[in-house]
Parts: sequence; structure tokens; C-alpha cells
Amino acid sequence: MDILNFGIKVGIYALMAGTLVLAVGVVTLRNLFHSALCLAATLIGTAALYLVFHAEFLAAVQILLYVGAVVTVIIFAIMLTEHIAERSVAQRNRQSLPALLGILVLIAVTGRILLKTPWAVNPATVGARVTVADLGAALMGTYVFPFELVSVILIAALIGAVIVAKKEKSS
Amino acid sequence: MIIPLPHVLLFSLALFGIGAYGVLTRRNIIGILISIELMLNAAGINLIAFSKTTALAPETGQIFAVFVIAIAAMTATVGLAIVLALYRARKTVFADEVNLLKW
Amino acid sequence: MNPAMSFLDSIFVNLKLWTLNLIGHFLPGWAVILASIVISGVVILCLGPVIMMYLTLLERKVVGRMQNRYGPNRVGPWGLLQPIADGIKMFTKEDIVPTNADKVIHLLAPIVIVVPALMVFLVVPFGRDMTAADLSIGVLYFIAVSSVTTLPIFMGSWASRNKYSMIGGMRTAAQMISYEVPMTLAVVPVIMMSQSLSTASIVNAQEGLRWFVFTPWGLAGFVIFFICTVAECNRPPFDLPEAESELVAGFHTEYSGMKFALFYMAEYMNAFTLSAIAVTLFLGGWQGPFLPSWVWFFTKTFALIFAMIWFRATFPRFRVDQLMGIAWKLLLPLTLVNMLVAGLWYFIPGITGWVGAAVILAVSFLGLTALNKPVIPEKRVYLLEN
Repeated sequence: MDILNFGIKVGIYALMAGTLVLAVGVVTLRNLFHSALCLAATLIGTAALYLVFHAEFLAAVQILLYVGAVVTVIIFAIMLTEHIAERSVAQRNRQSLPALLGILVLIAVTGRILLKTPWAVNPATVGARVTVADLGAALMGTYVFPFELVSVILIAALIGAVIVAKKEKSS
Repeated sequence: MIIPLPHVLLFSLALFGIGAYGVLTRRNIIGILISIELMLNAAGINLIAFSKTTALAPETGQIFAVFVIAIAAMTATVGLAIVLALYRARKTVFADEVNLLKW
Repeated sequence: MNPAMSFLDSIFVNLKLWTLNLIGHFLPGWAVILASIVISGVVILCLGPVIMMYLTLLERKVVGRMQNRYGPNRVGPWGLLQPIADGIKMFTKEDIVPTNADKVIHLLAPIVIVVPALMVFLVVPFGRDMTAADLSIGVLYFIAVSSVTTLPIFMGSWASRNKYSMIGGMRTAAQMISYEVPMTLAVVPVIMMSQSLSTASIVNAQEGLRWFVFTPWGLAGFVIFFICTVAECNRPPFDLPEAESELVAGFHTEYSGMKFALFYMAEYMNAFTLSAIAVTLFLGGWQGPFLPSWVWFFTKTFALIFAMIWFRATFPRFRVDQLMGIAWKLLLPLTLVNMLVAGLWYFIPGITGWVGAAVILAVSFLGLTALNKPVIPEKRVYLLEN
């Protein structure tokens, strides 16, 4: 079983590395369509990482909502506004260097904190398998208020999006 | 846990940093939205990792990750609706060219 | 069930177990696990393309008969070798890539589209204990993976740099996202009743002749699901993304040879898996009297595929606004009503709940059709320039 375990470990690290490379592609590629495709691949990589944590439901929801819906809507918008973005204009502003430095500092500081913190791992949680039924019960029980809040916001977003994107009646 | 928790957190930190870099440097509003999705995704990974290791109740993190996904879907729809309205009105999708109200 | 039947019933399962036992004599434990995965994988990878090949033949034969002609009958007995001849033709054709195309994505799109089409085979229960991977989130996995299909279609349409491809891609996005919503919601009552997302347990919940389609909510759900299925795999009368009379061939206009064949393959495999999932969810899956389980499964699935082909030979294509109208104004409210009705049916046992559920569904269906007045688009006059 040791070989199998080792293989899985290597696979997970390879998955993380690949996801990070694709994420770099998302923010650096000039062509927005390509970066949207990279985003889709990154999201699939994260969904696979969710599977590592035994969050199967969330992995499926991630693929269904992000890859199936959000990325599709983003690509739709890219296609509609495409011929402007395709012009040979600068795709990034002049803040690249300061942004890079600031983020490297952020990663360095936070990373150091992460590595120094003694994480109190709860053994009961590590062993627990969360089924979809558990999630549903929690969503309808303990977390019913945030759940309702999210549904209200969803309705608001739906109406808002329709009103904003609606073509105004031309006079 | 098959891999140690700090490694996952470092991974999501890197993902968040990459997303933040994209938000700060992209000119195209859709590009900024894409980068925001990356950052939200990093938050989702953290929630899942914590729900598997340190949380008191194992389902808490997963539920909040579901909320994160729902919020991300909303940002995408409303944001893109705004982008399309902007494109129709001002024929641009670059954030720094929308400076009508800039003082 | 007599012994001969139960032997036939579990013939494939026993074959796999026998092979694994044989391997187990020579190799350590982890290799046997790997071998088990590899065997299931190889079977699925072979099954997909073979099913696709013979679906094309079936479609051409059936449509031919419906149009009062014979269909292919020259290659082999009854034209049975026709798919192989088609395959050879596809392989030997010239591969054309447009000059302005985005080469990498143009190449990737047909490869990527086959992946989800093959992946959904994992959760299809072909017979008793014949699910390749009985995931605890089976149905959700199916919906999630098949929703990825939109992306490669987009990739193909965008990379071709062709206005017909582009329009086809746009239509696909609109259509697939719209029909995913009622399709997902139509599945919800089934999950409520079987209290499980795993495809195998959903089939087990329909033991005997208690197929979900025999209940009012099941019938409504099945009809909605099947309509959405036809729309999801872009088959007539919902074939707007590739409407040949308007868009040449839609998103795969610029594809030829093997790449085109891959698009075609994905489409037919999707038609098969979607029918198979419709059978699993509503028509009792492999449950059925007398015959072996997998015979029942394939009979029902091919009956649904036959219905799809029948649709193609019968119905004219929808207009875009009609297409969207059906999804958002008729099917979506109906699925919401259906979910409530399913709850009602569950909590009011006996004939009262049955009749009540049927009446509510019928009334809401009639009400919705009455509210959805047919739209007559305003007449447009196109003036030629100069």
C-alpha cells in the first residue's frame, strides 16, 4: 500500500503545481480567451483538490457552477466585447512592478506566519466523512439564516443583472 | 490528511497572490473579474482544508465554500452585466478609460 | 429467477472477478486494485466509440426508413460494416486548419470535447452491479461533467475565426445553459424520493415495477428531462447550434477529417449517456422482469434513442426565441411545480395524493401554456446597401 500512497502524494503535489502554473497563465496571457480557458482548467484543478479532502459534493458543485456557468458567461462576455480587446493595445497598466513586489512581500509574510502557526488539528474532524445529507441538514438547520440571505442576494443579483444589461428603449 | 495542512495553505496563498496580481495589473474589466474568481477560489480551498482539519464541525467549511461559490456566481453575472452596459454606452472595456467621474 | 438467467445476468461481473482472481495469484494487492480500475476503464473506452459507431448506422437506417428509403446497405450484410468504412474515410481525409485560426485551441477543442463524454460513462449503471464507479454523488457528477461540454464547443467556435462558427457557439452557450437549469431541477424529485445521489441506489429504489415514470411527478419529470436531454445534445428539433440551413454546420464548420469525427463522436456518446441517465432516473434503469438486467437497460436506452431519431425525422427546427421561451417560461416553472408536487405525493399516501398531484400538474401545465402566447416576431425588412 506504501507505493500507492506515495503515488497519490506525488499526484497531489503535481496537481497543485499544475494548477499554479495555469493560474499564472490566467493573469499573464495577453489573449483574454486563453486566460478564461486557463481559468477553467485552474478551477477543475481546484475541484480535483476538493476531492482530496473528501468534499465530493463541493467538487461537483464547483465544476457545475464555475466551469459550466461562470466561465461560460465570462467567455460570452469576452466574445461580445472581443474586437476591442483584440486591438494591439496594452493589456496591463503600469503598476506591474509595484504590484509584483507588494504581492511577493504579502506571500512571504503570510507564508511565514502559516508555517509558524501550530495548527490545532481536530482528530474527530479529520476522520469524519461529510455526506450530502449532512450538508443538507446543516444548510437547513444551523445555517438556515445565511442560506436564506444568499438566496435573497441571488434574486437581487438576477434582477440587477437583467436591468443593467437590458437594452434601453431607443427613442 | 494525506498532505500536511500548511502545504495546502501555502498553495491557496500562492493562488490568492496570483489573483491579486491580476486584479492590480489587468486593464480589461473582464480580466479583473477573472482574477477575482481566482482569489475567491483560493478562499474556497482554505475553507475546505480547515473544515477537514481544524474545524469543530466538519460540515461548516463546506457550507461556507458553497456560499463562496454562490457569491462568485453573482459577482460574475452582475459584473459582466455592468461590463456589457459599459461597452454599449462607452465602447470600452478598459478600467482606466472609464474615468468620467474621476476627479 | 432461474439459474441460467442469473448466470447470464451476472456474466460480465463474474468475468471481471475471474480475471482479477487470476491476476491476484501473481501480483500484489495494489496491482489488483489498479487492474480493476484499468479493466473498467478499458471497457468504457471501447464501449463509447463502438456505441457511437453503431448509433450513426442506426440513425441513418431509421431515418432512411422513415423517409421511405433503405439507408446504407452496401457495406457488409445489412450495411453493418458501414461505420467502419466511414471511420476509414474520416481517417484518410485531409485535415484543414483555417489560416487565421487559433491553431492550438482549434486542435484542442475536439480532443477536450470527448473527455467529458467518456467520463460520464463512469456512473452509468449498465446492469446489476455493473456501475464502473458507484460514486456517492453519481447524479451530480453526471450533471457537472456533462455541463463542461459547453466549453470545448466554445473553443472550437472561437478558434475557427468564422462567423458561422461564432454564431453557432453563441447559440450553443445560450441553449445549453438554459436547458441545464430545468434538467437539473427535473432530477431533484427523483433524488428526494430515492434519498440518494448514487445512480445504483436510485435504480434500487425502483425495485419491481415501481419505476418513477409511473407516478405523476415522475412522468412530468421524465418528459421535461427528456426534452432537455434532446436540447443538451443539440439534436433536432433543438439543433440550432448546427442548423445546416442557416449556419452551414455551426460550431464545427471549419473542422474536417478526424477532428470532425471527434465532435461527431462526442455528440453521439452524449446522446447515449443522456438517454442512459434518463432510463436510470425515471424508467427503472436495469430493473425489469424475466430478462437479464443489462438486456433491459440497453433495450430501454435504445428505445429512448429511437425516440430521439424519431424526433429528428418528425419535427421542424425551433426558432431561437421559441427555444429560449420553452426553457425559461414553460419547463422551468413546471419543474418547480413538480418538486412541490413530489413532496405532496410523498406525504399524502394513496389515491388522494396521486390524483391531487396529477391535477395540480395538469392545471399548472395548462395554465403555463395559456400564459405563453405564441410570439409573432415583428416583420423586418432588410434593405440592400447601395
